[in-house]
Formats: sequence, C-alpha cells, structure tokens
Amino acid sequence: MAILSAFDNWLKHAAYESQHLFFFSARMIGALFSRRFYLRETLEQMYLIGVGSMVLIVLTGIFAGQGFALAFSMELMDFGAKNYLGRIMAISIIRELGPVLTGVMFAARVAAGITAEIGAMKSSNQLDAMVAFGIDPLKKLAVPRLIALIVMLPAMTVICDVIALFGGWVIATLVAHVTSTMYWSAVRERLVFGNIFVGLLKPVLFSFVIAFISCYKGFSSAGGTKGVGRATTNSVVLCSITILIGNFFITRVVFNWIKGYL
Amino acid sequence: MIELKNVDFSYDDLPVLRNISFTVDDSEAVVVMGPSGSGKSTILRLILGLETPQRGEVNVDRRDICRMNEKSKRRIRRKIGMVFQDGALFDSLSVGENVGYYLLEHTALPWPEIESRVRSMLGFVGLDADEVIDKLPDQLSGGMRRRVAIGRALLSTDPKIMLYDEPTTGLDPNAIRNVVNLINKLHRERTVSTIVVTHQIADAFAMADRYIIIYRGELVFDGPYEQLRGCRDTRVQEFLAPFRDSMTGVFKRKFFDGGISP
Repeated sequence: MAILSAFDNWLKHAAYESQHLFFFSARMIGALFSRRFYLRETLEQMYLIGVGSMVLIVLTGIFAGQGFALAFSMELMDFGAKNYLGRIMAISIIRELGPVLTGVMFAARVAAGITAEIGAMKSSNQLDAMVAFGIDPLKKLAVPRLIALIVMLPAMTVICDVIALFGGWVIATLVAHVTSTMYWSAVRERLVFGNIFVGLLKPVLFSFVIAFISCYKGFSSAGGTKGVGRATTNSVVLCSITILIGNFFITRVVFNWIKGYL
Repeated sequence: MIELKNVDFSYDDLPVLRNISFTVDDSEAVVVMGPSGSGKSTILRLILGLETPQRGEVNVDRRDICRMNEKSKRRIRRKIGMVFQDGALFDSLSVGENVGYYLLEHTALPWPEIESRVRSMLGFVGLDADEVIDKLPDQLSGGMRRRVAIGRALLSTDPKIMLYDEPTTGLDPNAIRNVVNLINKLHRERTVSTIVVTHQIADAFAMADRYIIIYRGELVFDGPYEQLRGCRDTRVQEFLAPFRDSMTGVFKRKFFDGGISP
C-alpha cells in the first residue's frame, strides 16, 4: 500500500512538473519572438557555451572515434571487410554518436552551468531585482542561452563528428592498415543528404531540450544552496535521459521520412 | 499612497498573510516588524507586484497592482525603489554597472554620462566612488553592499516609494548606523514614502513614524511609538519582550542622529 501511495505521489509530481515545464517552454518560445533582443548577452553565451566547450568536445570526439574504430576494425578484419570501416564510421558518427555524445556532454557542462547560475541568482533575489527594474528575466537570461545553444550545439556536433572521423582514420591506418584513400573515400560515400540532415537536426532539437530543461530547473529551484544543487543534478539527469530517449525516437521517425535520401 | 485591503496570501496551501489592511500615505515612513517567517517580506513582494494575493487589493497610487498586466506593473514599479534583503546585487556586474543598471538597460545614454551619475549617486550614499566603482559586489562589506543597493534603487527612476527588506540584518553596529542614517536622509530630503521591513526592533525605532507588527500572518498592531509602548495585546507583548530595554528612547537618540524622537 505504501509503495502504491509513493508511486501515486511520484506520478502526480511528474505530471505537475511536466505541465509546468511545458508552459515554461511555451513562454520561452514566446519570449524568443518578442521585441527586445539582448545581442551582447547572446554573443557572450555563444562564447561561453561554444568556445568554452571546445576542449571537451575535441577530447570526446577523438577518443570516442578511436574507440569506436578500434572495436569495429577488429570485427571487420575477421570478415575481411576492413575497407568498410570508413562507411560504418561515417554512418554511426554522423547520424548517432556525434549528436548524442555532444548532446550529453553539453547536458553535463552547459545545462549544469545554466541551472546553477540561474538558481543562484534566484536564491539571492537577483531575478526579483531584475523584475523590479522592469527587466523580464526570461528574455534577459533564458532566450540568449536558447539562441546560443541552437547555434553552438550543431556547430560543436560538426566539430565532434570531424574529430571523431579523424580519430577513426588514425586507427584505420595504424591498426587496421586500411589506406587513407580507402578510408576517406568510404567516408565520403556516406556523406549523403539524409545522414547529414539527421546529424544536424538532432543537435538542433537537443539544444531546445537542454535550454528548456536547464532554464526551467534554474527558475524553479527553491531551498537555498541545497535546492540549487538538487536542481542542477536533476537538470543534468533529465537532459541526458531526454536526449537519449529523444535520439531513439528521432531516428525512428525521421528515417521513415527520408529513407530515399540515405 | 500604498493601501493593502483585506489581503490574504498563501504559498501553495501554506497561509502566509491573513486579512491584512493598512495604508501608507505619501512621504510617510512605516516600519513593518514581526518575528522571522511572519510574512513581512511578502508584504513588500505584494506591493511590488511580484506576488498576487488570493484575496484583497494592493493599491499603489490608487491602482490595484494585482489586477494589472506585466506592462502596467512595470509602469507602477518605476515609482518604487526596492532594496532587497542582502542587497540582491548582480554578482557578475561591477558596482558601477549595478548602480547604473536601470540606465544601462532602459536608456541609450553613453557610459561616460551614466558613470558620472553613478559616481554622484555613490557619493550620495556615502561611498568613495573611485574606490568601489570597479569592484565586484563580493569584494564589498555587508554595509557597503546595502548602500550600493540603495543607490541602485535610487538611480533607477527617482522613486516616490522606497521599500527596504531587512536593510540592517547581519551588519555590524557601525554599518547599521550608516544604513539607518541613509534611509532617514532619503526620507527627509527626497520626501519618499518609506516602508522598512525588519525584525530588529532597535533599528526600527530610528527609522519610522509608525509601526506595524505582523504576527503569524496577522496584523496585530498599527500605530505610533507611544501607542506601541502602552499596547496590552499579548502577541505584541510577546514580540517586544526581548527588546524592552531599547524602548526607552535613549538608545535611538544617542545612537542614531537621524532618528525620530518618541
């Protein structure tokens, strides 16, 4: 009985949170198209989110690409199909691995930062002070972060893809002894519209997920420092899980539409 | 003029204020006192339109701020200067940017013009502009932060109403004296309506003509000093008991130069 009651409470809380997140996201979209635009804040966020994540993304790309290539090259060599390594790398990295890894890395670094910063501002009354001075915190804080994510996450995903493919090339040439020409021509073969479209659509959608969840968690945090910490953890977990689940559904739905372009 | 009429307010299901009614006339100074958690700060948030009561009216200049849209609220807020608890200074901005925040956000004035006004305001609140203008709020003492917050509120829109939320809490005696004198100086020289929320009764006596006591969400006293001394209400007596020694009037005449004599 106690378990049922706890489950009931959890369900109610989840429904309540989802409803609030939905309305908050709608308000953010509304604020995105409102008149006042904070260019300086947007450029600053682009720098912090994009340039600030560069090292993390480069490291993620290179080691993920190398690890992936290493695992696949072993299997492919057994079948005498090592020349297909470039194709497999291109498909898996551009369609799946690049967007998901970059998304999850952004969830860890950027979403945590956004929630913690906005949460700390809320707990020290800075958000109320903004309202008192006639500033809409949603426009001033949330919208620049959303725009910065929409621009920088796809850009960082492309960088991650390129670095991961280079990582794969290192393994292909040094371990699997595939010639560079063979590897890159196989990669080029799979650089078709469908793969590139899916590979760029996903980060755009993930950027909305990260911006909505992290800003919502920051704006709704309560309970002082401990509350901000809890909101930050929840934000990272929720963003990561949503990205992984969302990735599956995007792959499933989009592939039905663009089969002919793959 | 500020008028609260039969205001009930609760956070979720937790009642905070019950049937609160009082009026603050133009250029009157009122102190709202009460134990921590009695709902004092909520009154300021209601006057600023940051919260909406479940019942009753909050009239600022004869207009109910609770029934307005955000745009109209912003217009009303221009008449109000709010000093939040702990100052609520924007911690990523310098002192100069904090004080000139409203001008930076809402006007097209060039920075040298804003800087000159900021410097003059810092002088008015008793700070050395050269020393503090480029510092971050974290580098200031508690008393200096409160004075910067007062300067920020004043430079915004030349307010006709000043609201102070616990302006002396956590300060040393010297800083308390500076802040209290500044509040009195403002009240006298600019003839602004002043509402000070505090639970520190010794400071309260130096800042007002009239005292309101909120006890567990209810207004239990509203009147001048003499009436407060003679009040037989048990809830008022319970609140005043620890401070009885400071009610002789000697304290405020000796300690504060701007206090109102009983």
